[in-house]
Amino acid sequence: MAGVNKKTNTILSKHECDDIDSWIARFPEERSQSALLAALRAVMHEDHYLSTEKMDAVAEYMGLPKIAVYEVASFYSMYELDKKAAAKNSISVCTNVSCMLNGSDEVVEHIEERLGIKMGESTPDGQFFFKIEEECLAACCGAPMMQLNHVYHENLTKEKIDALLDSVKTNGILHKKETS
Amino acid sequence: MFHGGYEMSKKISKIEENKVVENMVTFTINDKEHKAAPGSMLIEVTDAADIHIPRFCYHKKLTVAANCRMCLVEVEKAPKPLPACATPVMEGMKVWTKSEKALTAQKDTMEFLLINHPLDCPICDQGGECELQDLSMAFGGSTSSYQELKRVVVDKDIGELVATEMTRCIQCTRCVRFGEEVSGMRELGATGRGDRMEIGTFVEKSIDSELSGNIIDICPVGALTAKPSRYHSRSWEMLQSEGIGSHDSVGSNVRLHTFKNKLVRVIAGENEAINECWISDRDRFSYQGVYAEDRVKSPMIKKNGMWKEVDWSEALEAVANEIKDANPDAVGVLASARATLEEQYLLQKLMRGIGVNNIDHRLRQIDFHDQENTDLFPNLGMSITDIEDTDAVILIGSNVRKEQPMINHRIRKAALKGAKIYTVNPRELAFNYDVVEQCVVTPAEMVNQLILIAKASFTLSKNKIPAGLGDLLKSVRSNKNAKSIAESLANAKNAAVFVGSIAEQHPAYSTLRVLALVIAENTGAKLGFIGGAANTSGAWLAGLIPHRKEAGKPVENMGKNAAEMLNHPKKIYVLMDVELEADSDNPQQALAALNQAECVIAITPYMNKKMLANADIILPSAAYSETSGTFVNIEGTWQSFKAASKSYEDARPAWKILRVLGNHLNVKGFDYVSSRDVRDELKVLCGQSENDNKFEATGTYATHTSFDNKSLQRIGEVGEYACDSLVRRAKALQDSQPEQQKVQLNNKVIKSLGLEAALTSNSHKVQVKQGGVMVEMSMSVNDMIPDGCALIMAGTKSSGLLGSAFGEIEVNL
Repeated sequence: MAGVNKKTNTILSKHECDDIDSWIARFPEERSQSALLAALRAVMHEDHYLSTEKMDAVAEYMGLPKIAVYEVASFYSMYELDKKAAAKNSISVCTNVSCMLNGSDEVVEHIEERLGIKMGESTPDGQFFFKIEEECLAACCGAPMMQLNHVYHENLTKEKIDALLDSVKTNGILHKKETS
Repeated sequence: MFHGGYEMSKKISKIEENKVVENMVTFTINDKEHKAAPGSMLIEVTDAADIHIPRFCYHKKLTVAANCRMCLVEVEKAPKPLPACATPVMEGMKVWTKSEKALTAQKDTMEFLLINHPLDCPICDQGGECELQDLSMAFGGSTSSYQELKRVVVDKDIGELVATEMTRCIQCTRCVRFGEEVSGMRELGATGRGDRMEIGTFVEKSIDSELSGNIIDICPVGALTAKPSRYHSRSWEMLQSEGIGSHDSVGSNVRLHTFKNKLVRVIAGENEAINECWISDRDRFSYQGVYAEDRVKSPMIKKNGMWKEVDWSEALEAVANEIKDANPDAVGVLASARATLEEQYLLQKLMRGIGVNNIDHRLRQIDFHDQENTDLFPNLGMSITDIEDTDAVILIGSNVRKEQPMINHRIRKAALKGAKIYTVNPRELAFNYDVVEQCVVTPAEMVNQLILIAKASFTLSKNKIPAGLGDLLKSVRSNKNAKSIAESLANAKNAAVFVGSIAEQHPAYSTLRVLALVIAENTGAKLGFIGGAANTSGAWLAGLIPHRKEAGKPVENMGKNAAEMLNHPKKIYVLMDVELEADSDNPQQALAALNQAECVIAITPYMNKKMLANADIILPSAAYSETSGTFVNIEGTWQSFKAASKSYEDARPAWKILRVLGNHLNVKGFDYVSSRDVRDELKVLCGQSENDNKFEATGTYATHTSFDNKSLQRIGEVGEYACDSLVRRAKALQDSQPEQQKVQLNNKVIKSLGLEAALTSNSHKVQVKQGGVMVEMSMSVNDMIPDGCALIMAGTKSSGLLGSAFGEIEVNL
């Protein structure tokens, strides 16, 4: 079953394949399944969501049963399975206890108003996806907080949120934490 | 999640494999001392000692998942209760299974499991045989602390055979583990997490395994139930009888469930030596065919072209009159290899009693050159469990996965332990284990492929080529590929050469047989024949063959074999449970033979249009589950069973019909009281015999005149669900396998024949021509078919008009 099936792949991009290969190389041969998390992350980077077609391609590429890929993809909330989520930037506001006590409801309301969408929706211009975050993001000391793409932003205020969203729109995806 | 469970259980089962019986550990369960091999799980010990521990996810044939937590027990020094299924026994361990701590844990688990389980037992098919229902009676509370809404899970459509009601699922993952570990196709899985975790296939997909029905048996709740028998009856209203699966040569044990004297359901029986606790879908769902619309209600006689229902005495009188004064050479007897041993024995006893020797059950075979070289019966050459210990296997002309699913299950177990598997087949097959090499060649080339391997095996063993095989092997040069297969077989400790049903039907079967023999002898492998039907072994033992009487006794006058009987038509035919248009090699020829006959007598449960057109007297016989009898499987195990349900209308068990006919015809020795008497008489005659299938390789084989390679060749292996009259009438199975009714060709062949247009719509059919007859059939693409070949399965509706299973064929738009 196991073993990379490179020949038949026509769906994954070269970049995705290279990324998956580099992760497979980091695990012992009989544990190559461990690279699945990273493989799905590589697809997320390109498409911002996991289509069934891409998941099947990953399964074939890594020699796994398709259902094994679906199981992992549906288990972790960092993967999106709905095409609606395929926006350039993903916003997750933590709404767990600490953040809620520190005003995450207002943060959510402000973002919804500003983007004109509800939680769980994407903006029509494909810029933002406002994710329904279910889990505590483990930054209670900086509550209220949100995650913009891969970066944590803490002690949020309306001004801070506006600045962040503007900056992302003009400068593209932020990969580093803001310095202020 | 159960993934962790997999890993752990794999390690544990390793420990178990190395069981050292001398180092037993001693421990106490409920203050009583027990001993077990180190590494045994607590639940295995308690099960063996009849101490009941509740469980849902644990199943003795599957790896340990330990995710339902129902089997929690108290263990001394452990701060929390431990799951008995995943706790290995240790020296000095003290366990209590019914202490307050254990019971509290079990009751709490039960409450959690019931949180999301619907209270729909009154409309649930599992009701009355539900593990959750049973255990909730023992461990459940009358109230629940949970007051919120229960979750609902959308049902999945996973095909014609298994009904789903996923809201009832308790996520034990038995079905998921079954798919991975037993059927070798991981299609079900657990997606989502927490309270949103669901068992499903994620994308809608039919479960495409020949063993899929077993997930119904192992599901502890009503989430997976049998679709065809859904809502027909309640489990406590059904009666259970033991039975034997009747669609392959394995003899799987089944349990037949009847309701108001009708067979309504079949589930797996247990027999560790044969089918463990699994059965094929074919054995499980074929019962639907028992009550087909064309069951015969009463004896019938055709007069002036009109059928008339008559009583038994008139019908039997008519049969006796037809055959008693007939010239024995002008009578042909063709019977099913699915008939019981008793029926087969009595039929040949009756016919030989009036001098008829033209008796055969090998209706799909056309090459009989070396029939004398067969042991008492063609057999496996080992026990079914021995297959697990083989380390190299070559399958010759066998679609074992579909033909004998439980044999395939054992080969799979061997393959998972590292056995090297090879095949020589006319098409590539999808196996559920790694096959080192599939030699896919046209039917004609199968002989040549085996010659190469045989030659390599002679070179390797330095054995002398027997004089009789000189013509085949002398001038041949083997190739690298064939050499590596021969070497692999020779280097293995327990190699096996298995010859299957496709080979049996092959025009040069005797050549394939002798080549299989020398390959086995030169490489030290065992030789086994895995084809045949439920009672092929029985038919040989009973003497339902033209060249031997019962128990292999020699005949005075050799009779004609099945092919000869149809090739050179007889005046009278006696058919038993046979539909020649689907059960014989060449339907065209067979129907023509029946058509010209003066009298055709059919002992049969069914009467389709062709039967009504060709027969003259029809005697309605009991169908599957309606008669007592015996099947002998390929390893030579005799398994007797009782009738589970009442005979349909005026039908009678065939052994009784034959008994009365024996008396009508004044043949001696037909005073049996029960089918047991018949069996016991034959059993004494058969005695014990050693079978290894080996024979002397002489020159008695078909001189394989190569087929015309320029024209398209038909591959006519028998469809998975087309092998006998019962399964052909089983609706759910037929609906689940529409492909078997189509012509299957690879893309290249489709292009070269200019048939692309037939792919554009389903209604667009192609014209298939064989032996002067043209049939319209749907076509589908199957790139696992070799060039120059067309797969048209035998036994199907459309192929019932065509000719021989292997031969030239034309496909046009």
